[in-house]
Amino acid sequence: MTQGFEADVHGWYGGAGSFGGRFMPEALIAALDELEVAWQKSMVDPTFVHEFEGLLQNYAGVPSMLYEAHRLSDHSGARILLKREDLNHTGAHKIRNVLGQALLTKRMGKTRVIAETGAGQHGVASATAAAYLGLDCTVYMGEVDTERQALNVARMQLLGAEVVSVKSGSRTLKDAINEALRDWVASVDHTAYLFGTAAGPHPFPSLVMSFVRGIGDEARRQCLELTGGLPDAIAACVGGGSNAIGLFAGFLEDPEVAIYGFEAGGDGVDTGRHAATIFAGSVGVLHGSRTYVLQDDDGQTVESHSISAGLDYPGVGPQHAALAASGRATYLPVTDTAAMDAMALLARTEGIIPAIESAHAIAGALEVAKERQGETILINLSGRGDKDMGTALDYFGLGTAGATTRETK
Amino acid sequence: MSTSVSVAYDKARADGRAALVGYLPAGFPTVEGGIDALTTMVDAGCDIIEIGLPYSDPVMDGPTIQAAAQQALDGGIRTTDVLRTVEAVAATGVPTLIMTYWNPVERYGVDRFAQDLYDAGGAGLITPDLTPDFAPEWITAADARDLDKVFLVAPSSTDERIAMTTAACRGFVYATAVMGVTGARDATSDLAGPLVARTKAAIEVSAPGLPVGVGLGVSNGAQAAEVASYADGVIVGSAFVRALLDHPGDADAGRRALTALTEDLARGVRA
Repeated sequence: MTQGFEADVHGWYGGAGSFGGRFMPEALIAALDELEVAWQKSMVDPTFVHEFEGLLQNYAGVPSMLYEAHRLSDHSGARILLKREDLNHTGAHKIRNVLGQALLTKRMGKTRVIAETGAGQHGVASATAAAYLGLDCTVYMGEVDTERQALNVARMQLLGAEVVSVKSGSRTLKDAINEALRDWVASVDHTAYLFGTAAGPHPFPSLVMSFVRGIGDEARRQCLELTGGLPDAIAACVGGGSNAIGLFAGFLEDPEVAIYGFEAGGDGVDTGRHAATIFAGSVGVLHGSRTYVLQDDDGQTVESHSISAGLDYPGVGPQHAALAASGRATYLPVTDTAAMDAMALLARTEGIIPAIESAHAIAGALEVAKERQGETILINLSGRGDKDMGTALDYFGLGTAGATTRETK
Repeated sequence: MSTSVSVAYDKARADGRAALVGYLPAGFPTVEGGIDALTTMVDAGCDIIEIGLPYSDPVMDGPTIQAAAQQALDGGIRTTDVLRTVEAVAATGVPTLIMTYWNPVERYGVDRFAQDLYDAGGAGLITPDLTPDFAPEWITAADARDLDKVFLVAPSSTDERIAMTTAACRGFVYATAVMGVTGARDATSDLAGPLVARTKAAIEVSAPGLPVGVGLGVSNGAQAAEVASYADGVIVGSAFVRALLDHPGDADAGRRALTALTEDLARGVRA
């Protein structure tokens, strides 16, 4: 096993007391234990595995293709492969996680799911899975995010979910998680919390990874088929870190594959307005696990900033913290500007409009490519950009005849 | 010097009544105003004081305490201000605990926090998001100084976890009466009685004499009397916060409201 990768029974990655764990109110411990038992039983139950894989194939459109981006490769000097999670049903990797968790919910006999969402992708995925499986669904979303992702709010509502606009704290993803936890404390007997990323208290990081690791397992197989070898490097964006851990999981046992996670550098790490939790944060406890956190000297969480709602989170999954600490993976910041440039570049070179989250991975990989000319770099294109057209419209000044994006690199 | 809450529980027990535990977050409405409010509660009859350490991500708190804590944070409260508040309140002789989410303690340094709390005369900590199985550092630091370790039990706790938790507590065990966040409720919970009974059964085995305090939802003397009929301590938080929130900018009116509420609750625990 790769060091720092498998959790022990208490949810620690990289040794007892290091990263992960379960820092939670006692009222929720029984539910977390129940979830852990149900999950572990299910993962070795052929009926569950068959049902989950069937749903992924026949409903979510998985496996997603591995696409060779010839024009972007020409542009970058490296051979660029894109794992097209943007083509999944609901437009992102998130559907894998929610289908797994919603199936678990049914098995536990619970009738309602709650979820937090930042960009809205996890909320839409949760609302979708709930609609498909006949569960009630409430989604908590920061007020700031409901404004910048109004289309996704409408999607969730159309799918029958109740969307609660969270007005406390910084009114973004972290506060949506707080509010969802408050709901869960009061509703835990009939409600499951579909946690949207590979963070939070044990067993969520391990559980989420088990449902999204198909990204990496498929990509590894597809890369071998396509190129006859493994990639020299893999790259993904990291907010909470679910798409990244899904990709990385397939390659952790391949030491020759370099692993890069790209965090939101916002206006630049030196400005203090960013969400580069691993690169610029410090070790603390947030939302139930010990990990890297953006915090002040007193341990108060500092508000993060990113043009991408999905990366705008001042914590990160404990698996990434452990992978960073062990040196197995490298985490670097990508600014808003670099991400938006990469969004436009991918649109122009490949005819693919990525989510702004995923554009961080593209931008970071293009930087890495400068040092890896001629090598193969596999990037997780974790989501599509339709939801981000409002941001793109403002950023690039689009939407009127004659407008154009600014010159890309 | 640090005084354990067990002193106050023993005294209440000797009087044949439950102890009244009052909570306010530090720095609300200001650091000095908070000290004034807490000493008002002491003067009016609180047996034990819980001082909240305002935190940016309070997942166990409802809107009332969130609002007060946010006001304190907006006012620039620091961890050192919370310790200063403890020192001022503990000087009255009433056992004084800090109730805190875990990250601020970890950031301050667990051992350093325990020492500074001890030096301030604080009795110990109530830790709403830290359970004993994830608290080895805190338990070591507290035991080295005989500080109170108050962990929580909930209606959803298994008997096994209640036994583990009560065995790790010092001072008292905090029973959360409802499945939910903090906040005053009109009716007391029917989950509290059975939880206290299960907790007391565990205490018989693992920690004879350890008191059980019940919190979450109590807001008046009648509810306090009901809870006092089966618990050793009645913990009140949101109702005190509400008394101050209802009188913004009027310290005298706030003080009068706190006094009236404390007296009503103190009668309740004696009923």
